[in-house]
Amino acid sequence: MLSHVIDTISVWAIPSLVAFIPFYGWLKGLAIFDVFVEGAAEGFAMALKTLPFLVGILVALNVFQVSGALDAVIGLLAKPLGYVGVPAAVVPLILVRPLSGGAAMGIVTGILQRYGPDSFVGQLASTLQGSTDTTFYVLTLYFGTVAIRKTRYALAVALIGDLAGFVAAVVLSHWLYR
Amino acid sequence: MVNVIWLLLILGGMVVSGLHHSMAPVTAAIIEGTEKAVEVAFGFIGILTLWLGLARIAEQSGLMRALARALAPVFSRLFPGIPDDHPAMGNMVMNMVANILGMGSAATPFGLKAMEELQKLNENKEEASANMITFLAINTATLTLVPATVVALRVAAGSKNPTVIVGPTIIATAFSMAVAIAVDRIFRYFHRDH
Repeated sequence: MLSHVIDTISVWAIPSLVAFIPFYGWLKGLAIFDVFVEGAAEGFAMALKTLPFLVGILVALNVFQVSGALDAVIGLLAKPLGYVGVPAAVVPLILVRPLSGGAAMGIVTGILQRYGPDSFVGQLASTLQGSTDTTFYVLTLYFGTVAIRKTRYALAVALIGDLAGFVAAVVLSHWLYR
Repeated sequence: MVNVIWLLLILGGMVVSGLHHSMAPVTAAIIEGTEKAVEVAFGFIGILTLWLGLARIAEQSGLMRALARALAPVFSRLFPGIPDDHPAMGNMVMNMVANILGMGSAATPFGLKAMEELQKLNENKEEASANMITFLAINTATLTLVPATVVALRVAAGSKNPTVIVGPTIIATAFSMAVAIAVDRIFRYFHRDH
C-alpha cells in the first residue's frame, strides 16, 4: 500500500510540475513559451560553470579511492565504529556518502546483494543512503558556481548535520531491525 | 576547510600509492576523474536548461512569489534580511520542494539559481553569507519524503518489504535537519560581526 503511494508520487511529481508551471503562467496571461526560452537560455552557461568544480572534486576523489587510501581509512575506523554498533560493512558507505552520490549508490547496491535487503545491515545501509546527502559535493558545486572562495563555517555545520543523520539511522535501525 | 580536504584527498592518495609502489593506476584515476566531471557537467546541460526555463515562468507568473509568501513566516525567521518577495526566497522554496519530493534533477537548478540570487544580496562577494550557509545546511540535510531511488534498489535486490525503511529514513533526515539548523544558529551567533 505504502509502496504503491510512493511509486505514484515518484512517477507523477516531475510531469505534474512540468505541466503545472506553464499552465499557471498561461492563466496569468504570460507568453509562456517566450518566457521559457528566455530563462532556458541560461542553462548552457550555468552547466559549463559547474565544470571546473566537478573536475577538481572528481579527480581528487578518484585518486583517493583508486590508490587504496580510502580502504586504509576504512580499515582504521572499522574497529572503533564496531564498538558503537556500526557494522564493518557500512563503514565505507558512511565515509563515501558525503563525497559522492554515485559511489555511495554502488556501495549500497553491493551491500543489498551480499547481505540481502531485509537483513539488519541491508536495512541500515538503505536508511543511511536515504537520510543524508552528498554534502561535500553540494557545497563545492553551489559555492563554486557563484565564485565564493571563503566558505567560513559551512562545511562544519553541514557535516555535523550529516553526523546527526548517521547516528539517528544507526540508533533507529538497532531499535527496529535487531 | 575545503582547501585542506582537497589537498588531503590528493596527497593521501599519492602517499598510499607510493607506499604500494603502484603509481600507474593513479595516473589513470586522474584522467578518469576529468572524464567523469565532463560527463556530469554535460549531463547537466539539458536538465538545467529545462528547469531554468520553467523557473522563469514560475518567477514571472508570480508562482514563486506566492510560494515564498505562503512560507514567509518560517522562511523570514530562517533567512533574516531577505525580503519576502525576493527571487532568492522563491528559488529556495522550489529547491526544497523538489528535494522533499525526491526530484534531485529539479532541485539542483533551483538551488544554483537561489545561490545566484543570494550572491546578489551578499556584501562580500568572495565570502559566503550567513544566509547562504543556512540554505546549504538545510539543503544538504533536506527531508526526503520519498527515498525513491533506495526503494527501487531494494525492490531490485528482491526485498520482501522494500518500503519499510521509509519511516526511519524520514525520522533520521528530520533529526539531521533539526541539528543542522540548530548548529547553524549557534555558528551564526558567534560569527554575527560579519
